[in-house]
Amino acid sequence: MQALTKSEMAERLYEELGLNKREAKEVVELFFEEIRHSLEDNEQVKLSGFGNFDLRDKSQRPGRNPKTGEEIPISARRVVTFRPGQKLKSRVETYVGTES
Amino acid sequence: MTKSELIERIASRQQQLSVKDVELAIKTILEQMSQTLAMGERIEIRGFGSFSLHYREPRLGRNPKTGETVQLAGKYVPHFKPGKEMRERVNESLHKR
Repeated sequence: MQALTKSEMAERLYEELGLNKREAKEVVELFFEEIRHSLEDNEQVKLSGFGNFDLRDKSQRPGRNPKTGEEIPISARRVVTFRPGQKLKSRVETYVGTES
Repeated sequence: MTKSELIERIASRQQQLSVKDVELAIKTILEQMSQTLAMGERIEIRGFGSFSLHYREPRLGRNPKTGETVQLAGKYVPHFKPGKEMRERVNESLHKR
């Protein structure tokens, strides 16, 4: 199955809103770039109707190399999490999977 | 950053489109993303991440008001997996300043 990518998003802006192809591509690029930029500045992103991108700081914890069994600490890190909004959740939960 | 702040930032970073045009574009993008997930399809943005659906098994829940047990159907929930560039850039910010 074909996944949605930036080029289909730009295509839709061209077809539905009449942006020219260069503008459409640029807006799609800027959309993802500005979200990433905000997260990089440790700033949460809230897109009402869709969801929130949050940041979580995780402290160092013990880990293990699964192949050798050797103990190696997993360093402290900052990670992005996505919390879908209520509207998106209810649109998605009614999806009836085709694969059983 | 909220959706309206995102729209303003995007508008200020390019010359051709008005804030109104950018607003319409961002709403169109988000609607297409929601539609895609509602159809059970994936979204893949290199360097940003991918969105897909995860299945939650049916389970027994409880009505918090009455304490009554209710059967909850299986359902799908949206899931986001950050891409490599996103993970690296966000993690680097922890070690800066």
